[in-house]
Amino acid sequence: MAEALRNKTNHAEHPEGEVLLEVKNLKKYYPISNGMFGKTKGYVKAVDDVSFSIKRGTTMGLVGESGCGKTTIGKTILRLTDKTEGEVKFKGIEIHDLSKKDLRAIRSHIQIIFQDPYSSLSPRLPVGEIIGEAVREKKLVPKEDFDDYISQIMLDCGLQVYHKDRYPHEFSGGQRQRICIARALALNPEFIVCDEPVSALDVSIQAQIINLLKDLQDKYKLTYLFISHDLSVVEHISDTVGVMYLGNLVEYADKNSIFKNPLHPYTKALFSAIPIPDPDVKGDRIILEGSIPSPANPPSGCKFHTRCSYVMDICKEEIPGMIFIEPGHQVACHLYTGEK
Amino acid sequence: MNNKNIFSKLFKRDNDKVVAKSVNYISGKELRKISKENRRITDALEKKRERKNVPESEYITQMRDPNNIVEVEGLQTYFFTDIGVVKAVDGVSFDVPKGKTVGIVGESGCGKSVTSLSMMQLVQRPQGQTVGGTIKFNVGDHAVDIANIPTEKMQKIRGNEISMIFQEPMTSLNPVFRIGSQINEVIELHNEEFSKEEVKNRTIEMLKLVGIANPDGVYEMYPHELSGGMRQRVMIAMALACTPKLIIADEPTTALDVTIQAQIMDLLRQLKSKINSSIMLITHDLGVIAEMADYVVVMYAGRVIEKGTASEVFHQASHPYTVGLMESKPSSNRKVERLYSIPGSVPNPVNMPNYCYFKDRCDKSIKACEGPYPPLTFLSDTHAVACYRYMDNEEVSNG
Repeated sequence: MAEALRNKTNHAEHPEGEVLLEVKNLKKYYPISNGMFGKTKGYVKAVDDVSFSIKRGTTMGLVGESGCGKTTIGKTILRLTDKTEGEVKFKGIEIHDLSKKDLRAIRSHIQIIFQDPYSSLSPRLPVGEIIGEAVREKKLVPKEDFDDYISQIMLDCGLQVYHKDRYPHEFSGGQRQRICIARALALNPEFIVCDEPVSALDVSIQAQIINLLKDLQDKYKLTYLFISHDLSVVEHISDTVGVMYLGNLVEYADKNSIFKNPLHPYTKALFSAIPIPDPDVKGDRIILEGSIPSPANPPSGCKFHTRCSYVMDICKEEIPGMIFIEPGHQVACHLYTGEK
Repeated sequence: MNNKNIFSKLFKRDNDKVVAKSVNYISGKELRKISKENRRITDALEKKRERKNVPESEYITQMRDPNNIVEVEGLQTYFFTDIGVVKAVDGVSFDVPKGKTVGIVGESGCGKSVTSLSMMQLVQRPQGQTVGGTIKFNVGDHAVDIANIPTEKMQKIRGNEISMIFQEPMTSLNPVFRIGSQINEVIELHNEEFSKEEVKNRTIEMLKLVGIANPDGVYEMYPHELSGGMRQRVMIAMALACTPKLIIADEPTTALDVTIQAQIMDLLRQLKSKINSSIMLITHDLGVIAEMADYVVVMYAGRVIEKGTASEVFHQASHPYTVGLMESKPSSNRKVERLYSIPGSVPNPVNMPNYCYFKDRCDKSIKACEGPYPPLTFLSDTHAVACYRYMDNEEVSNG
């Protein structure tokens, strides 16, 4: 199975609409150890029973407040951390069951772009080496084509060829993020996890990077998982959007249907909190009281019930399941239980 | 500086990159020369600042308009670094009217934070110096010039009449002191007649004012026990403790989540009407500005490129940079297939060009743009823009 993956893939062969990544009931608990001998006294439920799937060539946006488990999902998909329970299937292959050798092979198909371009590049390597290191290691291209290959990737990402011999400190934030993108792209991946790739950048540079990601997606038929807390960016780039709260996916739908018709009270509050750059538009803002509860000791029942203005008795006792409201729109909230 | 010309002639294709390189590689001889020159300038400025018994005539002035709380005119704050002089703020002018919110917007490095630090006299000396311009602050019947006021007089104003909310609530509170004692300190310093009991009551009252549910509990807590939003509330309480006339909020919500950001902005708006002070809001988020500000100042590379009321700047954005900035922000009330992105990046602050700083990134530049940096042109009484495209048939002013 993994043998097929190790061969260089030709993306054009694959039909669109095929499910590339499937995450089912994924759980990731971090133990809280007590004292010197590490007796486990509880768990931080960073990701608690999350399911979604991403089709080839599309972008899924994942939004939520800090500490809700967005990044943990990204890391678990790449197997940078081990899962606690559940499935992560890339092209039908369970990533967490692969042997070390097969994992190395599959990693070139799944890449990640990290949040902070200032700390995710090695300060001791020149840019050409940062981008090309993995390519050489995996012998993706013959030795004599190596230089041309790296140059081509750099040009694709808006870098100049003569940047190859420079070091990361000589670049601005936006350019560093381009280097990170080039590094991910150099391995000819099919799927890229973008973990807040633009939140450290200025607005005008943000637009450049978002446009670059979109262009590359069209050119190489890439699939993205786009993690961000900036809802307007997610709205712009995504095809489907998942909203997370305290380790749970509370709403998951197509972009248009979720932004036109948000159902979960948390999604509504989150969307209404986006400031609109127009002084005459005064939206009806739903202001959530208090702050996000501790994931080590989450509230019973629906985790959002402590801050929800529609709270009912059932919310405090029973964990709501995912309910399909319409095709491609699911929500985890007791308010909609009766409608189905 | 001759290097720059030679380099740009040699490598026409990517001018600014090569200039940046020539700045990064300065010979030791040049470096020593620059340091020596800097030392001479900063020593002279420091000497002037450290004089005893500065005559009052040097810093007491009159406001242009008594309804303004602050009038900044031609402010120049330079940093004398070893690679050359960085003109972080170069000729910035704007007014803050009483009881209004003025938003300052721009990208990182455009000088918005340095402007606010200059207004607090908190620029890192001796490298950073306010070398020109005036900052008139209204103290009732007369005004003081913060740019020239002696330090001991400034200490009476700072924290008492002008206070500041800093960007990162995580790092701007001292981790080894309790919340209560940190706020007490501000009140004690500016109100010597208060007894200990009164100070504590005032602190708890302030904590209540900013919406902290159990002020007595928080009074005894250390900063690490609070979440980001709570810490920002504490910072706001500290800033409001002496009922200042002007609050400078330097990116107060940037480090916070959107839902917490909404809470904090709501709080600031409520407090402004409650204590009737002016707010100077510094941010790079156009959405926050649109929601909070009455007047907007747009800065680019140390200069004001456009200013006006919020509706003028947002609905009749005139400077190509302002237009670009607004179009590059994805927004839910405006759907586009592809975001507009401003090409290039901000010029190197050590070697600013002698024409319009935005010309190299501007897609609307005309022939006149090759001339010297454009002065502000007034489009209406309040709306001004620094761009040659508006200078032909409009009244030209050096404002």
